[in-house]
Amino acid sequence: MQWETVIGLEIHTQLATQSKIFSGASIAYGAEPNAQACIVDLGFPGVLPVLNEAAVDMALKFGLSINAEIGERSIFARKNYFYPDLPKGYQISQFELPIVGKGSLTIDREDGSQKVIGITRAHLEEDAGKSLHEDFHGMSGIDLNRAGTPLLEIVSEPDMRSIKEAVAYARKIHQLVVYLGICDGNMQEGSFRVDANLSIRPKGEEALGTRTELKNINSFRFLERALNYELERQIDLVESGGQVVQETRLYDADKDETRSMRSKEEANDYRYFPDPDLLPVEIDSARLESIRQGMPELPDEKRSRFASEYGLSAEDAGKLTLSRPLADYYESTVAAGAEPKMSANWVTVELGGALNKTGLELSESPISPEQLGGLLKRIADNTISGKIAKQVFEAIWSGEGDADSIIEARGLKQITDTGAIEAIIDKVIADNPKQVEQFKGGKEKLLGFFVGQVMKATQGKANPGEVNKILLGKLKD
Amino acid sequence: MSLDRSDVEKIAHLARMEMDESQIDAYAKDLSNILGLVEALEAADTDHVEPMAHPLHMAQRLRPDRVSEGDHREENQAIAPNVEAGLYLVPKVIE
Repeated sequence: MQWETVIGLEIHTQLATQSKIFSGASIAYGAEPNAQACIVDLGFPGVLPVLNEAAVDMALKFGLSINAEIGERSIFARKNYFYPDLPKGYQISQFELPIVGKGSLTIDREDGSQKVIGITRAHLEEDAGKSLHEDFHGMSGIDLNRAGTPLLEIVSEPDMRSIKEAVAYARKIHQLVVYLGICDGNMQEGSFRVDANLSIRPKGEEALGTRTELKNINSFRFLERALNYELERQIDLVESGGQVVQETRLYDADKDETRSMRSKEEANDYRYFPDPDLLPVEIDSARLESIRQGMPELPDEKRSRFASEYGLSAEDAGKLTLSRPLADYYESTVAAGAEPKMSANWVTVELGGALNKTGLELSESPISPEQLGGLLKRIADNTISGKIAKQVFEAIWSGEGDADSIIEARGLKQITDTGAIEAIIDKVIADNPKQVEQFKGGKEKLLGFFVGQVMKATQGKANPGEVNKILLGKLKD
Repeated sequence: MSLDRSDVEKIAHLARMEMDESQIDAYAKDLSNILGLVEALEAADTDHVEPMAHPLHMAQRLRPDRVSEGDHREENQAIAPNVEAGLYLVPKVIE
């Protein structure tokens, strides 16, 4: 039977605030256990949560970026369940009237076509703490630093019909929240977590099949693997006469499998009700307007601008706008006077390759965009050849200074003086009478040999176009 | 609306409340009476009343995003029954 895959994603993004969503404790990563858990986070009696303005603004920013419905009122609710890393016995979340309503996001499919994925809602909530289950003489250790960290949970419609689409959607949301500056996107540190709902149905069938929810996925690679495993599992199960059970399954990256989390399903009765500690949040038009004014250029807008303004191919424009720092780097390189297409090549190929090889992030690049721009200007004005430029690139990389000073210090300036090039060519011709004879006898491939000799004699500094022209003139005499 | 024994048992379990077997029927009766009281409200015409999330007619005040709380771990943990390496220790929860 032909099966159709149906996937919806719930993505938890940690908002890039300084303090927690309802308290003044820091959310900085990597602090000593419980050093950033204040009495509000610990759920002491008598404390009152007060909503962080920046968390609200960040959520609204996201809402605007997906053209979502944003209501005038938003309500916080208590989601009740018991777990030691949730000290209050409830999580403050949103149920009715989430801050961000229905919106959508367009993804690019592999065949170049596009697809609109519906976003059901995005709501604000607090994160729970962390439980450590090892090494405490049969007890669990609880670190509540993460408790109260602001999260924006972004819930998609079950609109994805393949694993590739699901991964493309997750990547696009990741790119968007990082662009917006509302999330650092660090998946290892848990700032961007994906839960996936997957079900299958016979192709052509309207009704949705029973879904399972996959948790604990902290990279795009694992997302793809977890979905692949789960898809296979469900198909095998159904084709061998079984039935999919609605449940939460944990993805184990080490074993590359998903397995049932029994404990959670039985208690899936959260008894949401409006949190009496928090009043309804009113979103006035002035707030929304000021956020709209401060919106950065979004990835899709940037991509089409790069294509039209710099004359780049769709592919290059896409590559260069993958992240805001990369796009900024590129634009600074062009602003430093470099030719746009040449800059695109050097930023993606040379710089990208060098960063990859050394394992450095773009922010750690030893070459500034101004330095790269300075180098590319010297290719464009024929001071150096592209080949020599790679040497200069390496020299800038290892801290020898700017392109101009390196070219000067190493004497790399291209020889454009025709007289000087001619003299060298004459010597090369005189030194290789046999090859000259063969060339004249029709072995025109030998032109490469002569160019090579001239380049060797000039240490690559002769302008290759010029050398070719003069050589041909002299050899064909 | 009335609750039976199994409803009471379920609610008690969700709230992690221990309940004396002999009292369950009495609770079911009491809780059903409370629900009956609430049901009386349903007779009121609420067609033109906007649903309310909070009894106060006020909007939530927002707090500027500033870190105002320092490290009070030592004080907070002074009353905890069991701590180690800065962590609160609790009975093991994973199966």
